[in-house]
Parts: sequence; C-alpha cells; structure tokens
Amino acid sequence: MSNDLPTAFPIKRGRVHEAQGPGALSFAAIAAGFADGEALWCQESWRSEQLNPQGLRCFADPDRVLLAKAQDQTELLAIAEETLRDGAVSLVIMELSKPLNLTAGRRLQLAAKTGRSTGLCLIAEGAGSSAAETRWHCQPTFDTQDWTGHRWSLIKNKSGILGAWYVRWDWAARRLRVVSSASE
Amino acid sequence: MFDGIGQRVVCAWFPRLASDRALRLRPVEGPFALTLKQNNANRLYCLNSAAEQQGLHRGMAYSDARAFCPDLQSRPADLAGDQAFLQVLHRWALRYCPWVGFDEPDGGRPSAPAPPTSTPAAPPANGLILSITGSAHLLGGEAALLEDMQQSLAAAGFRLQLGLADTRGAAWALAHYRPYTDPGRPNGMAEPGQNLRALEALSVAALRLDEKTVVALQRLGLRTIGSLAAAPRAPLARRFGPGLHLQLDRALGDMPEPVNAKPEPPHYGVRLTLPEPIGLSDDVKAGTLRLLERLCEKLKAQEVGARRLSLTLRRVDQANQQVDLKLARPMREPQAILTLFERGIEAVDAGYGIDQLRLEAVAVETLPNQQSSYFVGGRKKEQLDDLISRLGTRIGLENIQRFVPSDTHIPERSFRLAPAALTPSAAPAQNQNQAQSWQSATLSPLDHPRPLRLFPAEPIEAQGNRPPARFRWRRMALTTARAVGPERIAPEWWHDDANWQSGLRDYWRVETQQGRRLWLYYTPQNPGWFVQGEFA
Repeated sequence: MSNDLPTAFPIKRGRVHEAQGPGALSFAAIAAGFADGEALWCQESWRSEQLNPQGLRCFADPDRVLLAKAQDQTELLAIAEETLRDGAVSLVIMELSKPLNLTAGRRLQLAAKTGRSTGLCLIAEGAGSSAAETRWHCQPTFDTQDWTGHRWSLIKNKSGILGAWYVRWDWAARRLRVVSSASE
Repeated sequence: MFDGIGQRVVCAWFPRLASDRALRLRPVEGPFALTLKQNNANRLYCLNSAAEQQGLHRGMAYSDARAFCPDLQSRPADLAGDQAFLQVLHRWALRYCPWVGFDEPDGGRPSAPAPPTSTPAAPPANGLILSITGSAHLLGGEAALLEDMQQSLAAAGFRLQLGLADTRGAAWALAHYRPYTDPGRPNGMAEPGQNLRALEALSVAALRLDEKTVVALQRLGLRTIGSLAAAPRAPLARRFGPGLHLQLDRALGDMPEPVNAKPEPPHYGVRLTLPEPIGLSDDVKAGTLRLLERLCEKLKAQEVGARRLSLTLRRVDQANQQVDLKLARPMREPQAILTLFERGIEAVDAGYGIDQLRLEAVAVETLPNQQSSYFVGGRKKEQLDDLISRLGTRIGLENIQRFVPSDTHIPERSFRLAPAALTPSAAPAQNQNQAQSWQSATLSPLDHPRPLRLFPAEPIEAQGNRPPARFRWRRMALTTARAVGPERIAPEWWHDDANWQSGLRDYWRVETQQGRRLWLYYTPQNPGWFVQGEFA
C-alpha cells in the first residue's frame, strides 16, 4: 500500500474517525467541505468556544452545516448515533470532552455503517477509542510563505498503513494541497 | 321583494357586552364602568345599568364620571377579549340556525364619514345576525326561539335585545329601538310582509343612518320611519344622496341585504374518552394512533399539516399530563408522528390511569396534497427535516441550529444562530440566496480572514501597540513569528454591548513559531491585549 494521502483522506465513508491536536478543528472543517451533503456539528451547550461561519466559509458552505447543542456527552452521543443511523446527513462531527468507552465507540461504528454516513470525533489528545477507524493528529505548522500549513499524522489506521503529511489549504481554489510527506 | 321565499332574520344585540363580560368574570355591586384610553383621555366605554341610572353615559371622561358618581368602580376595557367572546357567542348561536353572521357596527351603512364627536368610536361588533329561515320550527316557532335565546343569555348574565323581521335592516331596527320583551307582546317581532307596519312608529335613527342625516331629517319633520316612507323620494334623494333610501329599502325589504355568515375556523382537535383507565404506554400509544388517524384526516381535508401538536392525557385523579411535540416540517402522517410522540409518552406518569386523551394541532401550516413523487431532492430534504424533528424531541427543536449571516463588522455578531426548523433554507431558491449571501458578504475571506474558532476574549500580558514577540496564552509560551495587521474595527455605538466598552480594536493575525495561529486584538483607547480566536 502506498504512502499517499488520498488513500486515507477524504476519510472513509460509513465509519467513525477521530482527530486530535490543536489543528483538529481545521481537519473537521476541511472534512465538512469534502462531504457531499449536509454536516451536523454536535457540541455540548456549555462550551463557550464557538464555530465561526465567517471562518468556516473558506472550507465549507456554512449553510450546509447544522449545529446541535446537547446538554452533556451522553445526550450528544445519543443524537450523534441517531443521526449516523438515519443517514440524512453525510458527516457528523462530535466534539467530545470525555473519552469514549469501547461500547460507545462500537455503537457509533455500527450506526455509521447502517446509515452510510461518516462520523468524526474531535477528541483530547490521548483520549482515543479503540473502535475508531482512523485517528489523526493535526498540528498547525509555521511556514514562511504560507499560513495554512498543517502536519497531519495518521497515528491509527485499521485498514491501511500509517503516515504523516504536510498539507496546506489553498483558499482561492478551495483545495487541499499536499506539500510533502513527512518522514516517520 | 327580491325572492319568493320569505326570509326571516333575527338580530341579537348585546348593548353591554363588554361590561357584562367583565362583571361575569368578577362581579361587583353598584355602578361599574369599563374605561378605554382615547386621545390621551380615559373615557367610559361600557357601563352597567346602575351606572346609567346615575346619569353616566358612554364616551364620558372618566374623571367627570368620578365627580358625578364617586363610588364608580372601573376596570380597563379588553377589546380583543370582547371580540374573542363574541366568537364564542357566535358558536353558541349556531344551535339555533346554521347561518349566523356578525353585525358590523356600521350595519352596511353607505360611506358617510362619521362627524368628529366626543363619543368614542363604536365598538367593532357587538351583535349577531341569525338567518333563521326554515329553522324556527325546530324550537317550536319564532316566539319560542326568541324566548329561548333571551332566557339562556339572561341566565348567563348578559343583556340581550332581540328583533325579528323579514330583513336584516328591520330586525336591526327592532332590536335596537323596540326589542323583544316577552311572548305576550308583539314587541320586537314583525309579521312576515309587515315590515312597514312594525317599523313605522320608530325613529329614523333605526335605519342605521349617520347622526348628521338623522338630525337633518328631524329638522325636516320626518321623525319616524313611517313619515319618511310616505314622503316623496326625489327631493330627499337630491338632498341626502342615495344612501338614505337605500337604507330604507333595505329595511323594508325592497332591496336585498344578505347575511354574511363567516365560516367557522377549522378546529384541529380530537379526543378519546375511555370506559376504563389505561396505564401501559403501549395502550396510550394505541390510543394516540387512533386520535392521530382522525386528526390527520381533518388535516388532509383542509390541506394543512401540523407543525406543533399537544397531547393531553387526563388521569383519573384529574391531573393532566401534557406531551408537546414540535415538528421541523408540517406533517400529517399518523405513523410518523406517533414515532415522534413515543419518547414523550414514555416519560408520562400515568398515576392511577388515564381515562381521556385529547390531541390538538396547535399550529398548522399549509401542506398541499402531493403526488408521492420521484423528486429525489424533496425526499432528501424531508428526510433531513424528519431527522431534525426526531433530534428535537430529544434535545429540543431550538437546539438544532443553522448559521444565518448578518451584516456587521463586529466578529461575534456577524452571524446568528437560528433554529434550523424555522429557518427557511428549505426552498432551493432561498438556499441559493443564502449561499450567495455567505459568499458575497461584505468581507472577502482573502482580504479579511476570520478565525475558525471564536471565544470570549482572553487577556494576555503585553505592552505597546505592536503584537508582543513572546506571550503566554493558556499556559503555553508562544513566540510570534509573523504578525499581519492591524485591522481596525470600531464598536457599533447604536448597540449597547458590554464587550465593546473598551472602544476601538486593532486586530492582528499572529502566527507563532509553535504553529498556533491566533487572532489578537489591541484596544488603543484602553490599552490591553486579548486573544479572541484561532485560525485554521
């Protein structure tokens, strides 16, 4: 299997993935732009940080993003599971505050498989669930020419090999450009 | 006569509807009046008979009335409540005949601008017109019908004046000037074809004329309807215009005047009373399904769909349990709605059992009948709306939101979060407009980049008006590698926003060696540095 980004990104449909690190949010935004339908962004209502559609519009159409505010993580997982199983939206992004246990992770996987929709959990570092299909660590990088650089490293992959890439978002063309693949 | 069939019309006038209603809700002894604020003065709007006996009248200034009658009790008038109550009376009147209209206060008077007097404008409607043609025998004749109306409203505490005649105008005149009193006397009733005989002694004011015409007619010596009918028409028509004889002809039946019966607004409520109380949620669901089937039939007949439903479960101990359901799109499919109700029904405490179920569509929207189509886009949209409804039963429909752009430079106000179920991004055309408005918003994302994440401003320690070379943020030591700016944003003085009290802000896009790209701002009028967002 080759070490190219297209084998792993866009993330596989019908599965639940995980992203962590300071750049996880941009990873989610770019994933929402790649999704071919609406995306549901689930958040717990106590979070004061909010998604800014003015910033999001560089990556995805804010009209195609629905926002769901749940009381706590249990409720959040419940609506995420229901949405994944329904399949009316193609991407469900969950901002998790507590690690998932295996049962919860497995239930999300099964729901995503039934509904043929993709799930993406934004997790704290080291709080991954072993049920996830892939896990990405995203770190924004400083670059003298550009200011959208990221280092995406694939640190868990159930159906492929791991890898790391330097990527950059082309705002004008709304495309993801791979600068180079980082050495392991 | 404009038709062969003798029409019979009852006019029911409630001379003191407003005060009778107020006293029914909370009775008081002695003189009582409702006041209404008009032209910056409180005026008497409706009085009870005790107040009228004291010499008070409608339209009198409230302070004058208090001077005449110190023990006058008053309350403010509730016009909307009166109109709603008249609707109730309208429903009640349908027991006598199927054709009931409201008596508009001008009574179809031809346009004559009312002279500006001190009396307040007539209340919107305070009477009912019943066309009892062919239905009087059901209550044992006309006299019995009038007696029944009179009795039942007197028992409810309302003063009612009734008139019965062949025409609407004549019934109105009798109700207002010679109302029905009791079966023994001929008052208030005109025999078929005897309109003129019944009306001839009444004042010309009974013809629903404006005040000026009435006064002018009385000056001419034409005091009664009889003398007006006998007077030559041409000179009067020259002086008063065609309106005068139009009203006379209408009253005497030479000119038709229909009774406009308003259709009753459809009522979307059904209920089910059970012989034995039930307690299992499956039973309640089965009962709800039966109600839903009946309700959806009604909705379908009117081509509407329910947007909000309310299911009331009455327990045997009279404690009501209510289950509310909000839907993201108008629906009328019983099975689909039942699925959405399931969660609410599970949570109900049945207590000793439920013996009545009542289901009402509180809010409806038009939903035309449609052929179930091949149109895939529509189905996808419906699927999404159904999903939103389902999530809404779990976390509340208002917690599923959509971004709506708003035209301002203030970053945290440049968008609104609106409930997705209420935002009409449904229609494809509108969707396109909105997409455009995001793209063609005042700021181009290339010239004025905005962070992906916004948070409440977090202060950092720094000096000067240039971004600091090193700073600490969230317990991280960061080194500025490049800073782009400033972009100055001025507060909107027309909004009182506590966050913008510190005045102007100079925004900087700061890239750090560590990788994080932050949105910093400096407040020159009130020196300080803050972090407000993070870029992708």
